[in-house]
Amino acid sequence: MAGRPPQGLPVPADGQLPAAAARELAGAPFAVYVHVPFCRTRCGYCDFNTYTAAELGSGASRESYAGQAIAEIAFARKVLGPAAPPAGAVFFGGGTPTLLRPADLGAILRAIDGELGLAATAEITVEANPESVDRASLDGLREAGFTRVSLGMQSSAPHVLAVLERAHSPGRAARCAGWARQAGFSQVSLDLIYGTPGESDADWRRSVEDAIAAAPDHLSAYALTVEEGTRLAARIRRGEIPAPDDDALADRYAAADELLAAAGFRWYEISNWAAGPGAQCRHNLVYWTGGNWWGIGPGAHSHVGGVRWWNVRHPAAYARRVAAGVSPGQGREVLTGEQRRMERVMLTARLASGCDLRELRAGGRRAAARAVADGLAEPGAFAAGRVVLTRRGRLLADAVVRGLLD
Amino acid sequence: MSVPPIPARTDQAVIRNFCIIAHIDHGKSTLADRMLQLTGVVEDRQMRAQYLDRMDIERERGITIKSQAVRLPWRGRDGRDYVLNLIDTPGHVDFSYEVSRSLAACEGAVLLVDAAQGIEAQTLANLYLALDAGLHLIPVLNKIDLPAAQPERYAAELARVIGCQPPDVLRVSAKTGEGVAELLNAVVAQVPAPAGDPDAPARALIFDSIYDTYRGVVTYVRMVDGRLHRRERTLMLSTGAVHETLEVGVISPEPVPTEGLAAGEVGYLITGVKDVRQARVGDTVTSAARPAAEPLPGYAHPKPMVFSGLYPVDGDQYPELRDALDKLRLNDASLVYEPETSAALGFGFRCGFLGLLHMEIVRERLEREFGLALISTAPNVVYRVVMDSGAEVTVTNPSEFPGGNAGGPARAGAIPPGKVAAVFEPVVRATVLAPADYIGAVMELCQARRGVLAGMEYLSEDRVEIRYTMPLSEIIFDFFDQLKSRTRGYASLDYEPAGEQEADLVKVDILLQGQPVDAFSQIVHADKAREYGLAMTARLKELIPRQQFEVPIQAAIGARVIARETIRALRKDVLAKCYGGDITRKRKLLEKQKEGKKRMKMIGRVEVPQEAFAAALSAEQGGDRRG
Repeated sequence: MAGRPPQGLPVPADGQLPAAAARELAGAPFAVYVHVPFCRTRCGYCDFNTYTAAELGSGASRESYAGQAIAEIAFARKVLGPAAPPAGAVFFGGGTPTLLRPADLGAILRAIDGELGLAATAEITVEANPESVDRASLDGLREAGFTRVSLGMQSSAPHVLAVLERAHSPGRAARCAGWARQAGFSQVSLDLIYGTPGESDADWRRSVEDAIAAAPDHLSAYALTVEEGTRLAARIRRGEIPAPDDDALADRYAAADELLAAAGFRWYEISNWAAGPGAQCRHNLVYWTGGNWWGIGPGAHSHVGGVRWWNVRHPAAYARRVAAGVSPGQGREVLTGEQRRMERVMLTARLASGCDLRELRAGGRRAAARAVADGLAEPGAFAAGRVVLTRRGRLLADAVVRGLLD
Repeated sequence: MSVPPIPARTDQAVIRNFCIIAHIDHGKSTLADRMLQLTGVVEDRQMRAQYLDRMDIERERGITIKSQAVRLPWRGRDGRDYVLNLIDTPGHVDFSYEVSRSLAACEGAVLLVDAAQGIEAQTLANLYLALDAGLHLIPVLNKIDLPAAQPERYAAELARVIGCQPPDVLRVSAKTGEGVAELLNAVVAQVPAPAGDPDAPARALIFDSIYDTYRGVVTYVRMVDGRLHRRERTLMLSTGAVHETLEVGVISPEPVPTEGLAAGEVGYLITGVKDVRQARVGDTVTSAARPAAEPLPGYAHPKPMVFSGLYPVDGDQYPELRDALDKLRLNDASLVYEPETSAALGFGFRCGFLGLLHMEIVRERLEREFGLALISTAPNVVYRVVMDSGAEVTVTNPSEFPGGNAGGPARAGAIPPGKVAAVFEPVVRATVLAPADYIGAVMELCQARRGVLAGMEYLSEDRVEIRYTMPLSEIIFDFFDQLKSRTRGYASLDYEPAGEQEADLVKVDILLQGQPVDAFSQIVHADKAREYGLAMTARLKELIPRQQFEVPIQAAIGARVIARETIRALRKDVLAKCYGGDITRKRKLLEKQKEGKKRMKMIGRVEVPQEAFAAALSAEQGGDRRG
């Protein structure tokens, strides 16, 4: 959800999809993303589409949001028609979804089930900040139907949390993970950020070890990305704090991968590790394997059969559109065959299952062979017809992908 | 009311041929604009700035590359109708040969100096050229409307330089037009009328030739003796070539065909010549039917002083580059080039230029007018190498320098066997004008660049002219930028060729991953080789992005490594997150990066950006170097 929206074509008011794209609905997994664009305060590094109460202005509020989301779900039903399979995964992200009342979250979820259908085994994830949930609210979320919770732990070093402007105390995320287990969540994931200015190698190892000790079944670890327009970017520009160093980031990634592997986690995407195949995030795999999804909410992105679109970003503008019964889509792009191939290569190369060599042209296949020779791709997988990145290769994934697209 | 003089029948007594000598930015083009308006040849509503500068590059850079000539009618204070021919001269040292030809077409020169800045080295050099050519000088201070103008001070300086009295110095504002009419009257009163022999066989001096897509070569001439008629065949005295005359005319300020041109007049000829090299600046045109016996004095081929390799970034563009050079040459007699092959860069051309500005302009025109993406190698001068055997070789490409190891000679067989006995390099006489406070800084710089002091004179109490004899190679890199920065922009520079000298020179090769890259080789003085090697390796380390593997960069003389840097391997090049909303952005970034990759040159497995090939020039080199 980061960054400014791309340039695109206009979206028709009725949201209608090209027939060729709609025809692809039946044959691929389907997911729903719900964007909840509210935060109590804005963290210094975050450029997601989210608003504090003070930033919202008139025309939008947390209290009225569920109704608007439900209206877009009904709109989606009309656009998708009967062809879409029931959703195999739903993901509530933000923002801070848990700033909505549990009853609102439940109502949105029921609307998805009612209008679009939920598979019996659907994975239903909610993101939560450790300070925004407690034992009782986690029980409530479980009761509302959520099966998976993703907690933004980020770090266990207090000075790192301070630079990130995160409000929770270091031990809070681990406690939340415990409460989530007790509440009956079958899947609990922790998010970590590495490379924050002021973080030492030791701080990072400690964070990973603390995360492992909290016994999640899934972990995400992201290099801190300094996004333009954030307070963090401004502080770095002014020289108040140093920019993250690429070599340090590479070291931290390698350390995390080693510690996690030793604890029984396997990487399945560059920044994601799971305790077993069943623990992988099915929702995110829909993104990475070319599945279809509808993104509900301000600024949310959607994809159906090679058509990508994105909603207007401001909650007030969004509210007006859905109230009027017109598509909240701000722009879209209809991908060419070559662009879709490019995306498949770019996304699958990030996965442990790898990129199929048949996707590549002669130049790309030569680059794949070179990546193997350089120790960036696994020789065994290459022999079996796939490009699977080694640890070093994952750190250079963008460079490898540029070669694969030759 | 008298009838204005008609071309081909104008009495020499009412003709005044003059030019304007000025430093860049001192307002020459603006003054010419005002003259065009004041004499009525351009109406106010048609006026655009820098009317006479034709090329986009000229207007953008505020310089005149090719000269122009325009016929201006002017009623004198005596009530007579005069014809003033304003011959616009190029303003840069690279084109001083063309300047001297323009001067030879005039009897007088307006010496135009910014009243807030005083005279600059370039102006001084052209002023001496004008004095040598016997021209009458009219000193003028421009920009007297500026608050920073110091007309008293600079009038005194000008008077001292040309040997007149301060009150003789006219004061104008080309911007507001103040004083321009008085200046035109002074031209009438002071500049001598032409004194050719109207009845002698025709002799016309070519002071410019331009190539026009529709009309072929348009040749600008000053009739010295006799006359040329529009139905007459012409003869070029240097080549003996005879051409039909298609059109004769004057410029006022657009071309106007006439019956002919008579002694003293300035105009143009179109003869069906397809290439400016057949109508070279300085040559004499005469009538084929009644040819003159003797050419006008002073014809010389300008020799290229600076060489550089030009290569297309995309090797497939080689034929386009060749065609583009062929086209440019139609309009630029001083551009020389021949094909060469570089192990690193593939097929390209070794090009010879009059100087650095000439080089920049050619490159810019190739990129802009022909849509080419080019790599140019660092410029170098021409060396004469004498071998033990007595054999001699002229080196225009450092990789052809005998000895050393760079990736194979560009032209097989160009390097003779045996040991080098002596190497000669071109030297120049350099003139620097600077405030007296900076004498120390200027001398220190010139000394460091192997200069030998040749003299020093005070132009006024606080401005000084410093003369040095220096190797040309020491000037073509960052000398002018250094000079400017050490004198806070106050110094100006001019130089002229002054023969050659023997020097202890060596070839420094640059190796990437142990492999010599011929395009990076350079010839430097032995005492400075290490310093150069350290600077080049450091600079390349900055310019070449980190690769997926470590890249050692070495500088070496023969097999001896004199400097080394290492570009550490890139360890992280990956975006951490790639979720639903990131995919479009990420794909677009990838598309952009792939475009960027096309502008990189692969040297072995190392991706080298274009800029690296001109790395021997300093980082600030792109700036104003027009002296």
